[in-house]
Amino acid sequence: MNEIPNDVASTGSSGSNSLRNGPDARGRFGAYGGRFVAETLMPLILALERAYDEARRDPAFREELDYHLEHYVGRPSPLWHAARLSRALGGARIYFKRDELNHTGAHKINNCIGQILLARRMAKTRIIAETGAGQHGVATATVCALFGLPCTVYMGTTDVERQKPNVFRMKLLGAEVRPVSAGAGTLKDAMNEALRDWVANVRDTYYLIGTVAGPHPYPMMVRDFQSVIGEEAKAQLRAAEGRLPDVAVACIGGGSNAMGLFHPFLDDPSVRLIGVEAAGKGLDSGEHAASLLRGRPGVLHGNCTYLLQDDDGQILEAHSISAGLDYPGIGPEHSWLHDIQRVEYVAATDEEALAAFQLCAKTEGIIPALEPAHALAHVAKIAPTMRADEIILMNLCGRGDKDIFAVAERLGVTL
Amino acid sequence: MTRIAARFASLRRAGRGGLIPFLEAYDPDAETSAALLAGLPEAGADLIEIGVPFTDPMADGPIIQAAGRRALNAGATLRRTLAMVRDFRRTDADTPIILMGYLNPILSYGPEPFARDAAACGVDGLIVVDLPAEEADLLLPHAKANLLDVIRLVAPTTDDARLPKVLEGSSGFVYYVSITGITGTRSATTAELAANIPRIRRITDLPIAVGFGVKTPVQAAEVVQIADAAVVASSLIATLAASLDAKGRAGSGTVARVLGDVRALAAGVRGARVAA
Repeated sequence: MNEIPNDVASTGSSGSNSLRNGPDARGRFGAYGGRFVAETLMPLILALERAYDEARRDPAFREELDYHLEHYVGRPSPLWHAARLSRALGGARIYFKRDELNHTGAHKINNCIGQILLARRMAKTRIIAETGAGQHGVATATVCALFGLPCTVYMGTTDVERQKPNVFRMKLLGAEVRPVSAGAGTLKDAMNEALRDWVANVRDTYYLIGTVAGPHPYPMMVRDFQSVIGEEAKAQLRAAEGRLPDVAVACIGGGSNAMGLFHPFLDDPSVRLIGVEAAGKGLDSGEHAASLLRGRPGVLHGNCTYLLQDDDGQILEAHSISAGLDYPGIGPEHSWLHDIQRVEYVAATDEEALAAFQLCAKTEGIIPALEPAHALAHVAKIAPTMRADEIILMNLCGRGDKDIFAVAERLGVTL
Repeated sequence: MTRIAARFASLRRAGRGGLIPFLEAYDPDAETSAALLAGLPEAGADLIEIGVPFTDPMADGPIIQAAGRRALNAGATLRRTLAMVRDFRRTDADTPIILMGYLNPILSYGPEPFARDAAACGVDGLIVVDLPAEEADLLLPHAKANLLDVIRLVAPTTDDARLPKVLEGSSGFVYYVSITGITGTRSATTAELAANIPRIRRITDLPIAVGFGVKTPVQAAEVVQIADAAVVASSLIATLAASLDAKGRAGSGTVARVLGDVRALAAGVRGARVAA
């Protein structure tokens, strides 16, 4: 179970025409990806690539990974038929892949377990990470506590303010949270600061990136560790319904939960794949995080990808009610899947996500994170247009405990 | 011969190392920045590095980050930075100008038109921090076609096996990043430099400049006893920042104070005893 895809992918179905063979030797998915880092980091990136390549071929590494995913994370996560929500919306049968039930409450831990095992294998003694919503920070702090490694998490000051519960959780877990006040104080700025830390501490430090972005091999490696989501869901849906879904939907910030859900379905042309970006206050408001729908290709944080930028190539601030989607870039594999039109990319606004957040709570008894509430907002748009025998699979990638304060404020409730 | 090669040849003839001060284009405003640039050669700059402002300068410490924010607020763009160099060339035909920055503004401009316009404006060399040797084919052919030197960064983490790859296609000079870290933080020791510079000399005949952490005239003098030039950035920008008023505007003494620092650095570099 929980197999990491090999370069000739694990389904056995993928030949030379497979969409699952990327990236190439330069870390490119089509024109996107690559390794755009300062020379100081370049030898580290190359060493990481070699170490990951060895690890994923080593049965002992997979065994250790599977053991932790099963007994510590709690995998496989359930597949839930959201029957009341399906009836309320009318139309398609909706299934949730419940990665919000993982230990720490989101899909982020899947990747953290994989990378912390790799960091140990590389004999690194200090871990750094960036975080937006704090879910990746909490997951990183968790695995560092589990393995007794010191952990520093960079987090924008805006995010520190709107995600207080997660800041406290990280501290309880023994991590040091360093607030970053540069820029708008969000995920982009936290990532800049983590890269600055890494460049100053190259010998002992492992940078545990939380999404499918950054220089090669991170986009590939994080995708591989997250693909357990789609692999499980595929098998679970086959058991429940005897077939593939008609549509699979996931929200996109950097895009790790979506890549994890989509990758195992890329070679199944009958499955429509839909990624939902954050439209913030509206796609034409200038305050959104829709890198694919409103950005253009450029280079930031080590990879070539779609970015929100001005005419001079300066990076624009993203906006979303969801701290986890508040990023002006996106993983390079998504940029490629967008260009070749294998995945459809759409957007949901703050208001639509808030409505979906409440709908999910009241119909299914599940308080979702604001991030997957964006995916659900799109599900709510398309489900009524589909037949009752059609199936939507949605990744419920995080739980909403962290968001209740921000949501209460938006709803005008004082806690 | 390119301006950079000519300048290093004349430094060699004079038996001394060079000083390469850095300024961020448009910091704190277009006029002050242009006045600083115009005054640098007379103050003792042998070559000049101009930082191209970028929103996300991942290799820079707080001092240069702040300079970049001031510059962007003052309306800096890559196009305007090139125009600043063009204006400088009206009064100075000899001092080499090197642009240092990040890749995305160049990509946004278009690598080919950028290389053409940069050369036409009188730029001599390019340092692109986030463009390692592995990705350099994106810019290198256009730079070469326009006789622009592409100057490579070599770091303490660049081992001997990797050095030839890093230096492949590089010209002008080699920029040795003397520490593992961001700009304006710690300084390398003379022993660290003495261990690393010969490593690079064995692979290339290009001159070697040392930057990151070179702050004082004494440090600059130490650097040029081992390498061919010293780059000084953050300490000059710190002087500039300290001269600004509460609203971040240049005062009447801003240009003079920064150029005063440059004069002291130049005196340090010129007084250093250089091994033949």
